[in-house]
Amino acid sequence: METLEMTQEEQFQARIDADVRIEPKDWMPDAYRKTLIRQISQHAHSELVGMLPEGNWITRAPSLKRKSILLSKVQDEAGHGLYLYSAAETLGTTRDQMLADLHSGKAKYSSIFNYPTLSWADMGCVGWLVDGAAILNQVPLCRTSYGPYARAMVRVCKEESFHQRQGFEIMQTLCEGAPEQKAMAQEALNRWWWPTLMMFGPKDEDSPNTAQSMNWRIKRFTNDELRQKFVDMMVPQAEFLGLTVPDPLVKWNEARQAYDFGEVNWDEFWAVVKGNGLCNRDRLGARVKAHEEGAWVREAAMAHAAKRAERETAAA
Amino acid sequence: MNQSEWPLWEVFIRSKQGLDHKHVGSLHAADAQMAIQNARDVYTRRQEGISIWVVESKHVHASNPDDAEAFFDPANDKVYRHPTFYQVPDSIKHM
Repeated sequence: METLEMTQEEQFQARIDADVRIEPKDWMPDAYRKTLIRQISQHAHSELVGMLPEGNWITRAPSLKRKSILLSKVQDEAGHGLYLYSAAETLGTTRDQMLADLHSGKAKYSSIFNYPTLSWADMGCVGWLVDGAAILNQVPLCRTSYGPYARAMVRVCKEESFHQRQGFEIMQTLCEGAPEQKAMAQEALNRWWWPTLMMFGPKDEDSPNTAQSMNWRIKRFTNDELRQKFVDMMVPQAEFLGLTVPDPLVKWNEARQAYDFGEVNWDEFWAVVKGNGLCNRDRLGARVKAHEEGAWVREAAMAHAAKRAERETAAA
Repeated sequence: MNQSEWPLWEVFIRSKQGLDHKHVGSLHAADAQMAIQNARDVYTRRQEGISIWVVESKHVHASNPDDAEAFFDPANDKVYRHPTFYQVPDSIKHM
């Protein structure tokens, strides 16, 4: 009898609490739909823009093997973007709308891609650190409450671990090479460490939406929890490589069974989020240019399809 | 911005001979041929399939989740449709 007195919203929350997945045609609160569209499309945009810093290095990869691997990885990222856009579209938004929001600057993408990739060791760091951080974020999302999003994330996660391993292998190769190569690896780590820690987002006390998102199970760990996990995972890996994490405060804390570490430069974080990072304008400019220059291809394909359909009707 | 996006297609993949096609996601394409080619690139980069179906999303008709209870209820009280409903003497073999 009790269930009869529950509001639609309470019933919805009860399903979430029971770990029942929500599917596209099910009733859901507007705010849940909106938050998901924002989160999934932002994630899709990150995959799309994420192709740019690595795409830079495809022609300059040091061997055919590395070139093939990098090409595959960039292709995967395009794929991940497409899985995610499709998942967002099941919530009632359109691909055109999402791209328009990205191109106008209204929608965000991960700030990490607003940093430049200056040396080959950066390809190592992007795979090892950036994809490592992405995996920590993404694995819990395989159990997220919205069905199409969870299913897309399962596919993404399956493919992502190759990305991290190839990055680690690049770092390992450099670290076992000439002193100059090892120095290059260290220099890249110095530049990527802090921006990667920023990928988990603002501190919990500055992240007002976290509680609601955790309640809806579209987020399963807080930003600070994930950041801590990341540091605990990465410090030993850096030690294995013989590299030093650029944070003098990193120290094993026996009582907490975790690493202590220093404070992220939050001024830099907010500056990049607001569009003033090193590459914000370049990245968005490249995206808009690709989209505009591809317009005639999209139109021509539609015209061709219409013509062919006409011919088939005439022949029948 | 762009005024007319390519139609949406649902993608179904047979992962190996003998299994049925299973829904894996969707994508945009100008026509069926392009949808199949794009599906190959988006959904089978690691040999996930040996056969692809695509159906334009607007042609998919679905049951309404709000009616799910009434719609699927009739099967609830028909336990006699399952073999475990029947008691078979222990001495009877091959049944």
